[in-house]
Amino acid sequence: MLTNKKQNIHGYFLTLLLAMCLKVLPLPDYLSRLNPDWVLLILIYWTLAVPERMGVFNAWCVGIIVDVLTGRLLGQQALVYALVSYTCLKFHKRLRQYPLLQQSLFVFFSLLFAQVLIFWIERIDSTTEFTLIFWLPVLVGTVLWPMIYVVLRFIRILGQTR
Amino acid sequence: MEHRSSRLDNVRSLLSVFVYPVQLLVSLPVELTEKAFNTVLSYSDLKDENTSLRRKQLVDSIKLLKYEALENENIRLRALLENSFKLGEQVLVAELLSVNLVPYEHVVVVNKGSRFGVSIHQPVMDANGIVGQVIRSLPLSSEVMLITDPNHAIPVQVNRNGLRTIAIGSGKLDRLNLPFLPNNADILPGDLLVTSGLGGTFPQGYPVAIVKEFSVRPNKPFADIYAIPKAQLDKSRELLIVWSDSTPVPLMFPEESLKNVDANE
Repeated sequence: MLTNKKQNIHGYFLTLLLAMCLKVLPLPDYLSRLNPDWVLLILIYWTLAVPERMGVFNAWCVGIIVDVLTGRLLGQQALVYALVSYTCLKFHKRLRQYPLLQQSLFVFFSLLFAQVLIFWIERIDSTTEFTLIFWLPVLVGTVLWPMIYVVLRFIRILGQTR
Repeated sequence: MEHRSSRLDNVRSLLSVFVYPVQLLVSLPVELTEKAFNTVLSYSDLKDENTSLRRKQLVDSIKLLKYEALENENIRLRALLENSFKLGEQVLVAELLSVNLVPYEHVVVVNKGSRFGVSIHQPVMDANGIVGQVIRSLPLSSEVMLITDPNHAIPVQVNRNGLRTIAIGSGKLDRLNLPFLPNNADILPGDLLVTSGLGGTFPQGYPVAIVKEFSVRPNKPFADIYAIPKAQLDKSRELLIVWSDSTPVPLMFPEESLKNVDANE
């Protein structure tokens, strides 16, 4: 039992690390504007899959690390991730019963909510003009959700059976 | 709020040490391909490059001879005018990490940080001109805001006639805006813009951009001018972090210089 849990933790950390790499991956300009928030997607998955071990504080810590990684205000992503993971924890029982398509809808609104929060926070002290392209990662993330779900479930089951 | 105070800087520095491996990991493939490419370069290519570099070095060293004489003359003349002048700058070569922080800002990460003495507001250049300034120095790396970032403004002057203005980033890598010049300003396409040294962040006299287009807007107070940065912002991987050891302009009007510092942020 103990080893199973350890495997799970390995899977969790590895996927999170990979997500952070993907988040700061150097891409051509047009692709980088489509790059979704991988860390948030993976946090959503693990919060839905093992809600008893993920928590709001956990998400907050991950958010702080992402803040440092991407050079944002300390606490910006932390707030966003904590709020999204709270809604995930609140609805996880219902969401797990939903078909994949309906889950995608929930993920869409989560990502949109996260992006709106980032939009507000970034607008406080910067003169950056945000065009419609700013919102595209939300759509891309939603489209990628079924794939992420399947891959991460495979990883989780792999971790449990070994 | 963290963007006003520096109380949380230590926390960020500590965490950044743990995050640095992620950034290294991400930029590893780019470096590996570059290394692989270098090892398979053919002998004739290297020879060609060598001859062309040698020729360039010869031309540059001749230019430098002239420049040294001019600099000495300049220092002498400025001494006559009792004006301060830069005595020399120290540089540190830093390598770019191939990391893309957020798509809507032009901020890059370099692999030299406060352990090498890099501090905030230091100017950063490449071989062709000004690249930007350090906005955050962490122990192992530092973040550099490019001059094309929409939040960045740099005090410049036209090299031809000394006309001073401010160049503001546009959010596009090949474009700087000069929004504060009137319609009758003496500025032409092809003019070289150099740093004016006002504000104190950037040392005086380094090339910044070349004016590309000047269009008069008849019913507006200011003309529509944009320039192309001299530095190869999307190509160069080695950047120079500069220490300039003199205040470039005597602070005669404190309020005015304060305003310029604000514009510089």
